[in-house]
Amino acid sequence: MVIDINAFLMALLGGVVIGVAAAMLLLLVGRIAGISGITSGLVKPVKGEVPWRAAFVGGLVMGGVGLLAFYPQAFPELVSRGPLLTAIAGLLVGVGTQLGSGCTSGHGVCGISRLSGRSIVATITFISAGAIAVVVMRAMGLA
Amino acid sequence: MKIMASAFLSGLLFAIGLGLAGMTDPLKVIGFLDFFGSWNPTLAFVMVGGILSYGVLYRVITKRKAPLFGSKFSLPTRKDLTPQLVVGSALFGIGWGMGGLCPGPGLASLVTGSASVLSFVVAMLGGMALYKHVLEKRLA
Repeated sequence: MVIDINAFLMALLGGVVIGVAAAMLLLLVGRIAGISGITSGLVKPVKGEVPWRAAFVGGLVMGGVGLLAFYPQAFPELVSRGPLLTAIAGLLVGVGTQLGSGCTSGHGVCGISRLSGRSIVATITFISAGAIAVVVMRAMGLA
Repeated sequence: MKIMASAFLSGLLFAIGLGLAGMTDPLKVIGFLDFFGSWNPTLAFVMVGGILSYGVLYRVITKRKAPLFGSKFSLPTRKDLTPQLVVGSALFGIGWGMGGLCPGPGLASLVTGSASVLSFVVAMLGGMALYKHVLEKRLA
């Protein structure tokens, strides 16, 4: 097990910032900050639903620009996955989050905070499946 | 306009939180999922921080009748545990473990210009479109 106190505190702080950002969306716009749900509303647009979703996704992308400028260690150059592998991963994430109604943000943070049974089941499932994927990837020599 | 500005700032802050937390580092994510190898529990604290802060704020905010710039809160109401929920979450988890990226960090990492990130995001949007336009009416 790897222990690094600074990394723990940064993870905790980052988590609090994520929670505050999600609360901000709830207080101001009245929406749950589920990234996959917000984003997927852009690939099959519904009238009146596009502008706030596009603005949120734009904010996410621009937040990345800010990170790269002021906190570049957020993006360590340790990419070990080639584009073909990440394309398969992306496809699974795209279909899976829609079928399963959410991802790490909507289920893992917002849903568990609301004590949603569906979100608790979803989170246990995707963390377990992720752990199995890591084992299989290593066995196949891809990790 | 107020709604769009609010959503933009929320997305901006969300991405900063993801970056500070280490969620934009695929190897750290894979380390967190590596229970059977050299497990790195750091990212569990992201969930702890997120759930503690949102858990409190959610309860305070939803005491209001409506959000500041909208007529009502749009909150999930479903409680049913379905095969779709479990199978979908499992597919998502496999993709998350394979690439070390989930949707938010993927979008926030686009700025790096990495071919792996770009291909992840394009395929993710394609997967979402495939579900919304083709699979949804058959599987939902």
